[in-house]
Amino acid sequence: METLNRAEETLSGETLSAEPVIEIQDLHKSFGDLHVLRGVDLKVDKGENVVVLGRSGTGKSVLIKIIAGLLRQDRGKCHVLGQEASSLNDKQLRDLRMKIGFSFQNSALYDSMTVRENLEFPLVRNIANLSRSEVNEQIEYVLDAVGLLQTINQVPSELSGGQRKRIGIARTLILKPEIMLYDEPTAGLDPITCLEINELINEVKEKYHTSSIIITHDLTCARATGDRIAMLLDGQFLRQGTFEEVFETQEPQVKSFYDYNFIQ
Amino acid sequence: MSAKKKEQVYNKGLDSAFLAVYNGYSFFIRFFREAFKGRMEFQEIIKQCYAIGNKSLLLIGMTGFITGMVFTKQSRPSLAEFGAVSWLPSLVAIAIVRALAALVTALISAGKIGSSIGAELGSMRVTEQIDAMEVSAVNPFKFLVVTRVLASTISIPILMFYCTAVSLLGAYMNVALNEGTSFRAFFENAFEQITFLDIFTSLAKAVAYGFTIGIVGCYQGYNANKGTEGVGKAANSAVVISMFLIFIEEVIIVQVSNYFRI
Repeated sequence: METLNRAEETLSGETLSAEPVIEIQDLHKSFGDLHVLRGVDLKVDKGENVVVLGRSGTGKSVLIKIIAGLLRQDRGKCHVLGQEASSLNDKQLRDLRMKIGFSFQNSALYDSMTVRENLEFPLVRNIANLSRSEVNEQIEYVLDAVGLLQTINQVPSELSGGQRKRIGIARTLILKPEIMLYDEPTAGLDPITCLEINELINEVKEKYHTSSIIITHDLTCARATGDRIAMLLDGQFLRQGTFEEVFETQEPQVKSFYDYNFIQ
Repeated sequence: MSAKKKEQVYNKGLDSAFLAVYNGYSFFIRFFREAFKGRMEFQEIIKQCYAIGNKSLLLIGMTGFITGMVFTKQSRPSLAEFGAVSWLPSLVAIAIVRALAALVTALISAGKIGSSIGAELGSMRVTEQIDAMEVSAVNPFKFLVVTRVLASTISIPILMFYCTAVSLLGAYMNVALNEGTSFRAFFENAFEQITFLDIFTSLAKAVAYGFTIGIVGCYQGYNANKGTEGVGKAANSAVVISMFLIFIEEVIIVQVSNYFRI
């Protein structure tokens, strides 16, 4: 396995030290007889976008669900902002989750609520004593950031796939997270919308100074958004590095992944 | 199938049965732990109460009215044999207040509200909306389960009293048409035999049924899996299990109330 870490990252004109916000060591997770993660090691530095690539069913989504505390690992360490998610009590886990934004593959918008209510829901429940005007101001700010202020009174069923993804991202941004976890952000979208989502991911990083893990098997998205790529194969990271470093190889599994995306 | 294989299948079935009971028990305990902790979602409870009442009002009204009317019609010949038709209002009122109204309300609600809660939470589970609440640092159990169970526990007794009133009205219509009894005479006769214990027992039953419908629907929906198939299964199980539990509760509550009656 080849691991290439960056010492420093320049972001929005300011230099950030290589302070890890996520540190994963020897992570294992099984579902019954299926051993999905088999000793995963990963470090995400502050201000860094790490793309996790891999075929379907290799445990990419399981990995970020463990980071968000939605699943518990069987073995290994998963430190998020210096805390081990699996050992936290309810209150500590809630406090940690306020610093993590999770963009779901299918957006997971609350379909009985309007866009405004979707955004208001986590805000008023997590930040006490906000006035109505402050709530409205914050909702309008994040909707403007994702370019969908005009959809404020619509319900999710009236939105397109790309719009739903953007609103899903806006809903996570309203709590000003330090870490963003994107699960297949471009899955099921047309190429133009994919490019818009890639741009949005980069804008979020710049505006909100987030560190991110982006789960995808779309290499265009990986190249556009990732500072570092980690290739997950058979429950382990086979290669980590920049896009070029990862794909400058004759490793058949990595090569076939590249060829499939760019030749077909 | 070999004996060893049979034993393995049997043990697996037994394990899942015990696991289901344990999970159900944990869910039940979690409800009481979460219900009295932190901020109460009053607005959501009121919204759910309105949804439950609004969804069932017409159906329960119609069923209650028909039950009262048909029960009176079917009871008349038996009483007429003994020349006791004048006891019809009392008999019908006892049957409606002690058993029929609560059961009719509970069974219709189990079908209408239980399945709706199971399907709604089930679809929220499979579309990751519940996970989304969790990662937004919002307690989905408190917002989705506690509110729906409380709303169902509050609404079913109200619907039960409504069903009692409409059933008695149906019974009165039948008696008035056949015997020409006045409204006042009918209700004086009907309530003569009704005691505080009857009303209290009915209320206790309705509270128990409402809680059962809410918690079973929520449990099935909250723990749904396997995509759309899981949503259908959750809705179906919510109805079947709550109906089964309602009948068990009916037997227990009747036995307990009879003990006090004697």
